[in-house]
Parts: sequence; C-alpha cells; structure tokens
Amino acid sequence: MLNSLLSTITFIPLLGAVILALFLRGEDEAAQRNAKWLGLIATTATFLVSIFLYTGFDPSNTDFQFVEEREWVLGFKYKMGVDGISILFVLLTTFLMPLVIASCWDVKHRVKDYMIAFLLLETLMIGVFCALDLILFYLFFEAGLIPMFLIIGIWGGANRIYASFKFFLYTLLGSVLMLIAMIAMYVDAGTTDIPTLLTHNFASESFDVLGIHILGGMQTLMWLAFFASFAVKMPMWPVHTWLPDAHVQAPTAGSVVLAAILLKMGGYGFLRFSLPMFPVGSEVLGTFVLWISAIAIVYTSLVALAQHDMKKLIAYSSVAHMGYVTMGIFAVNQQGIDGAIFQMISHGFISGALFLCVGVIYDRMHTREIDAYGGLVNRMPAYALIFMLFTMANVGLPGTSGFIGEFLVLMGIFQVNTWVAVIATTGVILSAAYALWLYRRVVMGDLIKESLKSITDMTGRERAIFAPLVVMTILLGVYPSLVTDIISPSVGALISHYDNALLDSGLATAVAEN
Amino acid sequence: MIQADLNTVLPEIILAVYAMFALIAAVYTGKDKTAPLVLWATVALFVILATFIGFGTEGARTAFGGAFIDDAFSRFAKVVILLSAAAILVLSQDFMTRNDLLRFEYPILIALAVVGMMMMVSAGDLMALYMGLELQSLALYVVAALRRDSVRSTEAGLKYFVLGALSSGMLLYGASLVYGYSGTTLFSGITAAVGSGEIGLGLLFGLVFVVAGLAFKVSAAPFHMWTPDVYEGSPTPITAFFATAPKVAAMGLFARVVHDAFGGVVSDWSQVVAFLSVVSMFLGAVAAIGQRDIKRLMAYSSIAHMGFALMGLAAGTAEGVQAMLIYMAIYVVMNVGTFAFILSMEKDGQPVTDIDALQNFSKYHPGRALAMLVLMFSLAGIPPLVGFFGKLYVLQAAVDANMEWLAIAGVIASVIGAFYYLRIIYFMYFGEDRDALDAGMPPVGWVLLMGCAAIMVLGVVNLFGIEAPALAAAQALVN
Repeated sequence: MLNSLLSTITFIPLLGAVILALFLRGEDEAAQRNAKWLGLIATTATFLVSIFLYTGFDPSNTDFQFVEEREWVLGFKYKMGVDGISILFVLLTTFLMPLVIASCWDVKHRVKDYMIAFLLLETLMIGVFCALDLILFYLFFEAGLIPMFLIIGIWGGANRIYASFKFFLYTLLGSVLMLIAMIAMYVDAGTTDIPTLLTHNFASESFDVLGIHILGGMQTLMWLAFFASFAVKMPMWPVHTWLPDAHVQAPTAGSVVLAAILLKMGGYGFLRFSLPMFPVGSEVLGTFVLWISAIAIVYTSLVALAQHDMKKLIAYSSVAHMGYVTMGIFAVNQQGIDGAIFQMISHGFISGALFLCVGVIYDRMHTREIDAYGGLVNRMPAYALIFMLFTMANVGLPGTSGFIGEFLVLMGIFQVNTWVAVIATTGVILSAAYALWLYRRVVMGDLIKESLKSITDMTGRERAIFAPLVVMTILLGVYPSLVTDIISPSVGALISHYDNALLDSGLATAVAEN
Repeated sequence: MIQADLNTVLPEIILAVYAMFALIAAVYTGKDKTAPLVLWATVALFVILATFIGFGTEGARTAFGGAFIDDAFSRFAKVVILLSAAAILVLSQDFMTRNDLLRFEYPILIALAVVGMMMMVSAGDLMALYMGLELQSLALYVVAALRRDSVRSTEAGLKYFVLGALSSGMLLYGASLVYGYSGTTLFSGITAAVGSGEIGLGLLFGLVFVVAGLAFKVSAAPFHMWTPDVYEGSPTPITAFFATAPKVAAMGLFARVVHDAFGGVVSDWSQVVAFLSVVSMFLGAVAAIGQRDIKRLMAYSSIAHMGFALMGLAAGTAEGVQAMLIYMAIYVVMNVGTFAFILSMEKDGQPVTDIDALQNFSKYHPGRALAMLVLMFSLAGIPPLVGFFGKLYVLQAAVDANMEWLAIAGVIASVIGAFYYLRIIYFMYFGEDRDALDAGMPPVGWVLLMGCAAIMVLGVVNLFGIEAPALAAAQALVN
C-alpha cells in the first residue's frame, strides 16, 4: 500500500461517496443516520491512513516523496507526490474533514447528497495538493467548484443562488486563464510534469505587446495568468468580493471547508507554480503583490469592523489573514515563506473553528446578526471559553498558532520592505479591534434579550468537535517546530532555486537598462 | 477497376440500396404499420456498417478517379455519424409513436441523409462534395417538416430549405470559381494548381465562398440564423438528429475541403476559420443567456460548440484536426444524452420545453437530475468531465499554432457560456417547489441518458482510447 499511499488517501473519500450514491436508498431517519456514519467513517479512515504519510515522510529530503506515476491521455501523466510544502496541506485536509462531517450531524435536508458532496470535495482537495502534473492539478483544482457550487446552492441561506453563481463564475474566470498558461507551458517545455517544469527555464526576454513593454516577457505573462487564478482563489483584494457572499450563504460546514482548506489552494499555487517556475515574473511583480497585500490587510480589517453579520465579519478577517500569506510568500525569504505556510495551516484551524462557533449559535437561534446576541456567557460558559480562545488566536495572541504565523511573516517582510511591514503591522491592531469587539457584543454583558433566555450550552458532540482544534491551535502555538521542521528544508530549496534562477536570467541587468 | 471502385464505396451502396428497398417494401405492405420494423432494421444496419467500417480495411483507398476517398479520417467520421444516427433513431421511437409521427418514411429519410453524410466526409472532388451535401440536405429538409399539421414544424422545414438552398448556392458559386481558376474539380488537382505560395485572387474568392457555404452547414456564426428556429420548430427527435450527425458530417467536410484542396495555403483560410470560431463561441455563449426554451438553448449551445471545434480546424495542423475530431465525438455523446433527457420532459403526456418546468426536478427524479447535472457540467467544460478534455485538446492545438489570442477568447466565451448550463442545474437543484414533470421515461432513453452521463465521468481515465484513432484519422488528412 505504501507505494500507492497518496492515491489511497485521495480516493478513499471518493469510494465512500460512490458507495453512498449506489447503495443507500431512502430519506428516512435510519438512512440519514447511515449516510452520516458512512461519511464519518470514510473521512476518519482517510485521516488514519494519512498518518502513515506523516510517519513515512523524510523532512530532510527536499525531493518529492511517495511518488506515483501512470500514463494518461495526450502525453499527460497521472503523477502524485508530496514534498515539505504540500504534505501539511494534505494532513490539514484529512484532519479537518471528519470534524466537518461531524459538525453537520443536525442537517435534515438531503443528507445523503450532502455527504456525497463533502466526500467528493475531500478527494478533490487532497488531489490538488498531491498532483504532480499540471493538467491533473488543474483537473482537481477546477472540479472542486462543482461540489462547492452545489453545497452553497442547495443547503445555503436565503440568497444562496446569487452567491453560488458568483462563486462559480468568478473562480472559473480566474482559472481558465491559468489553463491557457499551462498549455503554453506544455507547448514550450514539452511536458506537464511538475518536477521537470520546476527546473525548466521559461523565456524571460522582455518584449512589447500592443506597444506595452513587458519586462520579463513570457514569464511575466504566464505569472499573471496564474496570478489571476490564485488571487481569486486566495482571495486577494480587490478580487475578494465573492468570498463574503459565499461564506454568508454557505451552510456552516461549507464555510469551514471554504475558509480552512479551499482558500489555501491559492497560497499553495503561488508556492508550487508562481515562485519556482516564473522567478523573473515573480521578481518583476513581487513588490506589487506586497503592496496589494498591505492594502488588503488594512482595508478588509476596516470593512470587518463595520459588519453586522458574524459570518461576514469572519470572512473579511480571512481575507485580511490571507493578505499576510501572500505577503510572506512574495517576501521570498526563509522567515516569510515559513510564516506564510504556518499562517495557512494555523488559519485552517482557527477560521474553521470560528465558523463552527458561529454555527453553534446559528443552529440554536437561526440568525447570524451580531445584534441578536449578547451576554451569552451567562448561559453558555463553555462556549464563551472556546470562542474566546479562537478569537484570541485570530488576533494573534502569543501562545496560539496565530501569533507564530503573523510574527514570522512580519519578520520576513521587514527585511524586504519596511514600509509594507509597517502598514501590515497596523493590521494586527485592527484585527484585535474587530475580533474583540465581536466577542464583546456576542458573549459579554448581561443577558437581556428574551429570545436568548433559554439558549443551551454546547452539547457533548459539539465539544468533541472543538477539542482537536483547541489542541492543535495551542500545540502549534507553543511548539511551532512541529510544522517548521517539515517545511523549512523544502522552503530553503525553493528559495535557493529562486535566487539562482534570478541570477541566471540576468534580470538585474534588464532592470538596470530600463 | 470498376470492381475495386465498387468495393470502396460498398457501405454507401448497401445503405442506399437498403433505403430504396425498404421504401418499396413499406409502400406495398403495411405502410406506417411497418415503421417500427423499418426503424429497427435501419438501426441494425447502421450499427453493422459502423462495425464493418470501424474494424474493416486500413490505409487509404480512392475510387472513381479520386472523387471518393476512403481513409482513416473518413472512417472515423463515418463511425461517429452512423452510431449517433442509430442512437437518435432508437431514442426517437417512443416519442414518435406517442405523437403519432412514426411514419415509415422517417427512418428511410434518415438513412438517405446518412448516405449523404458518408459521401460528404469521403468527398475527394467538388462534385462528390456537392452530391453528398445535397442528398443530406434534401432529406433533412423533409424530416424537419415531418409534423405536417404543425405550423412551427412546416415553418422550420421551409426556413431550413430556403436558407439551405441559399448556402448551397453560395457554395456552388465558390466551387465554380475554384474550378474556373484551377481547371479541375478534383481536390488533388486543386492542391497542385494552388501550389503552396501565394493564392490567386480568383481562387481566394472561390475559397471564401465555399467556406461561407460550409459555415452555413455547421451553423457557425454569422451564418447561424436558421439554427434556433429550426431546432425549436422541428419535432424534438429531429432536433436531436440535427444537433449530432449532420454537424459531424459538415465539420468533416469542412476539414476535408480546407486540408485536402487548400492544404498548401493554410494561412489563407485559417484566419477566416478563426474568425468564424470566435464569433460563434461568443454568439453561442451570449445569445443563449436569454433563452427559456431548452431546444433554442441547445441550438445556441451547439453554435458555441461548433466555434470550439472550428478552433481546432483554425490551427491548421494535424493536432488541430485530431482535436476537432475528438471534440466532435465528445460533443455528439453529450448531445445524445441531453436530448434523451429533453425527450423525457413531459407533463400530462405533453412535451414541455420551457426550462422553468424543471424547477426542483432533482427532488422527484434524483437519478435523471444527476445525469443531467453531469452532462451540463460537461457541456460547460468543467473538469473532470470529458467535455473538459475536448476543450483542452482544441485549446492546446490553438496555442501550439501560435493562436493564443484565439484560445484566450475561447476560454472567456466558455465562462460566459457556463452561466446558462449552470442555470439549468440551478432550476433542477435549487429551484422552488412546482408540479413535478411526468415520472415515466422509456427504458431506451433512460439507458442512453445514464450511459452518456457515465461516459462523461468514466472517460477521465483514458477517454476510452479515442486519442489514437483520432490521431490516425488526422494524419491521414493532413500530410
């Protein structure tokens, strides 16, 4: 099994989905329960198998490991493998999915289809992080839109139609340009094999298109095409507008997956494609990304302050936190990229937990309006404690995983661009403002609202879902080497490759000439 | 000599002779009572011929002094044409019976149209081209107006006839110019006359007119005006037929003419084809957004898809032709499945074509809704469904031929087009509660719907090995 471990991990959820689709009939209570249990078993099995991935992985080896390769159509390959950059995303996905399934235990509407959609989504998400062929990557990357579109559209809130269409078309438009760039890469390099492409030098001679001088030539254009896709997925300001809509309308479990895993695909894409394959393009436009990220952090934090809807507030906070990620990546130094990956992993736990927190009270009161709550601590002490922990983690309190990520990124960025670092640091203050204010309005104070008088504290199931997230958030906060030991060697290799490629390309002289 | 010629065109002869005998037999026996028998006999013959052609001879042969070409390209196209025609015939039986449309002429006319199509993709001469085209078109004009007592259907037939005649006239005019300036009607002779450098003004004029005539037949914009009306007015099984086999034949003929006769001057026609491609893709994507009638919607969808197939042709390479063939094969499967679904859309026994009637369809018929969902995503070109691979092939061919702008235009059009496929899914899955459509669906239709959907999903493994035969076909055409 070890030589096809990645395929096993990827396709166990699919197998679960197929079994559900073919063999489970009816919509009665028993069928619903069976569907949920099968979903939970499939995702848990995936997680258990993925532990072998963790134990068998050798961090000091910066090549791809657990590689599998088979022939496919048109000279493309079915090729899977992980390195220090991608393995943690796989583990994050397999770790979170059982919790996501458990969180939708109270869903009553079309339970079987719901489970199938999430299981399919898990297969596709793991596939994205494992794929070592451009087209295979694209296939997993795009296919994820289908289950997410259905999750938002079928089980979403009142305005779900608009949100689902916006989500789908927005992200599709971003991705198709990437597809063209991928085809252009294939035509240029003659292969879609990612490890080979990582060492391929794409042309970087400047040229003019329609009278516009393009510094970095082909690389810059392809970088832009990939950027269009990943920036939308990430999402970066100003193409983030689909995210608040999608988050608000999606059901709780959908929001968790969206925030915790799907957004990370953008960051992963930058690390896997943009930086190593188009170093010249990255260098030409890197500063631009840094500034956009800085604007994103401040702007979306301010927008978050003005929200009345809890989910929308957390969604904007996600955009702000993703700003740190892009900033760290395009700082292109060890601390920056380490921090960016760390931030993505930690944000996976924290934002997932925050959306689950909203889900807990939404299930009870069926509203996400902040004004509808207040003084919950009086009746829900356990909830208040957990919500506080994740609010603090979101702010980046030392001792939680949120602090490590932000701190590393800020350290990285300070070496590259002091002004951007200064602006980004103000975002930390703003995040404290909106997060703590949210917490005060929802949890603190006296319980005066009549409707809240009978609200009950978290059930055993809900506490069980939060327990692993609490453990991970604190564990990574006090013992960050758990993550950095795995990613650092691969990140180091990435950076030295990037620097060498830049030297070879003679970009410095090109810049000097202009 | 004549013996070898006849051997080469044997499948066409068998089919033509069969059609005539079936006509006589049906007229002198039970007339319309024999219709189901004739229909199934025609289907059986299509399948046998497809097997015979698909697994038969290899290499290339010509007959009648080069006027008829039997090569890997024509065989690939013929197999697709025969199988899709068979599928549509099978699909139509139930609908035609219930709507009292199952006349014995129907399968016979289809058989004659198919003979014409087989002739088209094998044409090696302008006259053979025109004969095949007219045989096909005349049969199709009649079937479009099959529902004699319906104004819509007769209008569709008449419109199709008038515009079809106009396009034939343009094509003929172009053909006469080509003949006048090259002195021959044989494709091989035209190639020799054209040479590979500059094309003369007269020949260029002829080429443009021929291409315009062909664009009418594949319903590429801006020659698409007849498509939505004919699709809407014709009985649904006939619409399904229009959307599949004739499109493959016309596209095959298109490739045949531009590569066989004008293969030396690719740059002269590739711009024209690229223009047709861009306009079709955008028109198909934008105009379908406002449609409520699913048949009109499919008409615009087919215009957009023809635009994509033309993109492969515009590349002007063997890879481009291969991409076009794969695209057409996938397109046909998707359309057979979709029309199997549309045929089952009924309420109180009456056919419904308004997409609004699909509201919350998935609640009542989860299996059919799922199959339709797969087909719609596949038509939109979303991975991992097979429709995506069709697009991937043509995009790759375009980029390979340094037509990045065409590829970029194509993907943007496909995003716009995705909207209306999504809207059908939205009605089926997110819609509000309405009166359900009828539950029943003929078993044949169900099998075809599910089968096509399954092909769209399972094809991701290796596309059912279609790549190699398509490549062989393309290489036979482009050399």
